[in-house]
Amino acid sequence: MDSYQETIFKLKRYWSERGCIIQEPYDMEVGAGTMCPETFLRVLGPKPYRVAYIQPSRRPADGRYGENPNRLYKHQQLQVILKPSPDDVMDQYLGSLEAMGIDLSKHDIKFEEDNWESPTLGAWGIGWQVMLDGLEITQFTYFQQCGGVDLDLVPAELTYGMERLVAFLQNRESVYDIEWAPGFTYRDVRYADELENSVYNFELADVPTLWQLLDLHEKEAQRLLDLFAGAENKQRFPLLSAYDHVLKCSNLFNLLDARGAISVTERVGVIARVRKLAVGVAQNWISREAA
Amino acid sequence: MAAIRRRLPFLLEIGAEEIPAWMISPALEQLRALFEELLGANRLGGEVTSVEATPRRLVLMAKGIAARQADTEDLVMGPPAAAGENAAAGFARKMGVEPGQLERIPTPKGEYLGARKKIPGRLASEILAAELPGLVLKLNWPKTMYWTGKSGPRFIRPIRWIVALLGKDVVPFEIAGVASGNVTRGHRQLGKPRIRVTTGNYVEKLRAHGVIVSAAERRRKIESEIHVRLRPDAELLETLVNLTEYPTPIVGSFDEQYLSLPPEVLVTVMRHHQKYFSVEREDGSLAPQFVAVMNTSADPEGLVRQGNERVLRARFNDARFFWDFDQQVKLADRVELLAHVTFQAQLGSYKDKTERVAALVREWGGSEHAIRAASLAKCDLTCEMVKEFTELQGVVGGLYARAQGEPEEVAAAIYDHYKPESMEDGIPRTREGQLVSLADKVDTLRGCFRLGLIPSGSRDPFALRRAAQGVVKILVEGGHSIPVSQLAGGDPALKDFLLDRVAYYFREIRGFRYDEVNAVMAAGCEDLVDVERRLAAIHDIRPTGDFEPLAASFKRIANILKQAGFSGGGRVDEALLEAGPEATLYRHFQEVRAAVSSSPDCRSALAAIASLRPSVDLFFDKVLVNAPDEALRRNRLAMLSSLLTEFSAIADFSEIVTG
Repeated sequence: MDSYQETIFKLKRYWSERGCIIQEPYDMEVGAGTMCPETFLRVLGPKPYRVAYIQPSRRPADGRYGENPNRLYKHQQLQVILKPSPDDVMDQYLGSLEAMGIDLSKHDIKFEEDNWESPTLGAWGIGWQVMLDGLEITQFTYFQQCGGVDLDLVPAELTYGMERLVAFLQNRESVYDIEWAPGFTYRDVRYADELENSVYNFELADVPTLWQLLDLHEKEAQRLLDLFAGAENKQRFPLLSAYDHVLKCSNLFNLLDARGAISVTERVGVIARVRKLAVGVAQNWISREAA
Repeated sequence: MAAIRRRLPFLLEIGAEEIPAWMISPALEQLRALFEELLGANRLGGEVTSVEATPRRLVLMAKGIAARQADTEDLVMGPPAAAGENAAAGFARKMGVEPGQLERIPTPKGEYLGARKKIPGRLASEILAAELPGLVLKLNWPKTMYWTGKSGPRFIRPIRWIVALLGKDVVPFEIAGVASGNVTRGHRQLGKPRIRVTTGNYVEKLRAHGVIVSAAERRRKIESEIHVRLRPDAELLETLVNLTEYPTPIVGSFDEQYLSLPPEVLVTVMRHHQKYFSVEREDGSLAPQFVAVMNTSADPEGLVRQGNERVLRARFNDARFFWDFDQQVKLADRVELLAHVTFQAQLGSYKDKTERVAALVREWGGSEHAIRAASLAKCDLTCEMVKEFTELQGVVGGLYARAQGEPEEVAAAIYDHYKPESMEDGIPRTREGQLVSLADKVDTLRGCFRLGLIPSGSRDPFALRRAAQGVVKILVEGGHSIPVSQLAGGDPALKDFLLDRVAYYFREIRGFRYDEVNAVMAAGCEDLVDVERRLAAIHDIRPTGDFEPLAASFKRIANILKQAGFSGGGRVDEALLEAGPEATLYRHFQEVRAAVSSSPDCRSALAAIASLRPSVDLFFDKVLVNAPDEALRRNRLAMLSSLLTEFSAIADFSEIVTG
């Protein structure tokens, strides 16, 4: 039985052997691996790219104080982007399962329709959830649009939910019982993170402060976007920094949402605000790529 | 005569990445129709013998296709016959024939020269090669994608291989860079990735490589290998048939302790989230077992069963966690939380909706229980259980209400208030449930119509047709006499929309004839309970001998009045009545009027009206309505008019189509 980290090594090794850059997690709060610049921005434009990385992904509303065996405030995704998607992408994907030690001849694999959409990113794609013996282990998506832009070099995105996948491989009822490394469980490594952030997100986060932070990051992102139009040297313009502020906004929105602080009218409005910024970054990024 | 008319078998297989199960059947219907159209339009004969699919392939097989189209002849008109030899010779040269082969063709403008030109038939393989790419890409899918670039072809999922064989030969073409050939692919785990096939051995070869091409055969395989008592679920079976290339059912079990969760929750988890069949005990209650259908041949080590059991256990644990967690805040304390749940951007939150719905229930005289149910009905939208299992909205609210000590009437009304969810579904069981369901739907309809979100064609994003259909079904089957105009809240478009559904309901669901529905609705359609009563009466009385002729007479009366431009009754002057048929009819009319007004129901009223027939017939036979004497004429018209008005309260008989 492989440990959690050993399984991750194997997956990374497998994709590395197939030409992927192995990146490290993005160093900011994101709701999903898709939001990292390595996906959100790299899928735009005409340059081929292949990358794989683990991304801790924060969903404040999903926090359960470390009490629910299957639900986490912060779970880890292994994100693979193959741009453009190779013709044998399905076979490569199935190969990655074998590489983790799953003997496919002894298991049941199904690809069930599941299209993906992110209104805040102006992104959507067509694909499946991959079911292994009834367990959803991967989201498989052909991106069609990102940042409101049709993608010409269609990427395949593979997102493995690492905790549930390894719980399956190790036959554990609770993700907290996964062996992370010999002698250390997932609980040893992550429980405090789950508990304390649940307390913060649901009980202590100061709503007016979060709103202020959201406004500040929004302003800063917008200020940069406004400057971009007139910037003389666009190649050195900090679009990536602008995008970091967009990510901050997105996470603050999720926090406010978990706190139950966003009313009906506000909700739609805030999603539109974040989307506007994300789309703005994407479009500027493309115009620079094309230049 | 053509020496040999060769007739060939044909095989087309479009190999794709996994196609969504629910889209497969409609796509196959289209594939068949498009291919038959292609054969017909190109005079290739032949017939489609089958269309089949698995998640990874769409297959069409045909036989008897002509290898070559029959030759045809074209007559090309040349110069007038009188134009002289030079013109004729020039035309013959142009057409590549001897001048002697030209024909003289008589036309209205005189004789012309013509040349017959033989057009050789094209090869079927050429035609198919040219037409098939367009045909395949013409299949209409609910949602398509591109994968070779944004200007590339669109299909449901990427096309990865194509088999196209006419007889022994490959029909050569390309779609999205994939060239057709004679090589298919087997099951991902049970077969080889490259298998050479012919039109004759295709099905058997694939079977040897773990693919059962026939959906019917896959269905039989699933059914014949299940030996426990299932909760029947035809829709799930269909999904599983289209989700597998080689289906094999397995039985798994779960701990009995989970049976303490409501069966609604257990079944939803199994069915909607895991695509498992539920298993029943002899008495119909749930057994702690399930049936999963694998897309492979066996599970010798039990790994697949264990995996599925583990997933289900986690799901059930989640459900139990949700249940316990949700109990921490009672439904009654969740009303304020509804302010955070959007109903529709311009129509406000579910809290706003709740207030409107409760007001409607009150307006319609709902009991305290009904009003209570209305004010709690949407609270389960804030519960974890419903966020996770959205299809259980309402049901969960009902279960929670019961668990939290709300009166049974309130719990049942909440539980049922989304019903009927389809035309086959029953209406809410209780009067309280019916009122809450009505109010909820009417509120949605009014709101959307006010915003102009009116369904058109196949676009009906708010499912307003279903809502309106539900309203009609509840009114009629629940016996609610709330006037349609009142439901429509003074919106004429909404009223028409509802009446459209009323007519649809009585025709399509209840099986009344369209003219009966028209006749009854023309006589009034505010109170649907009354509409149903009148319809049933008409339907019953219709087969009796007097009815249709009387209906014909009523139509005649209506026509006479119309032609005479007669409007408005005026009293009948009895002194002016002629003895004989006229007086008889009048007397009979008075008797029937008395009989109708004292009739206990529509049926006997209609029977009484129908008994008028001999008098009416005799009157028209012997009496001239348009009497030369103006006073007589007016009196007769007045009598007919009053008769028509008097007896048109049940139905406008002139709408009845008589044989």
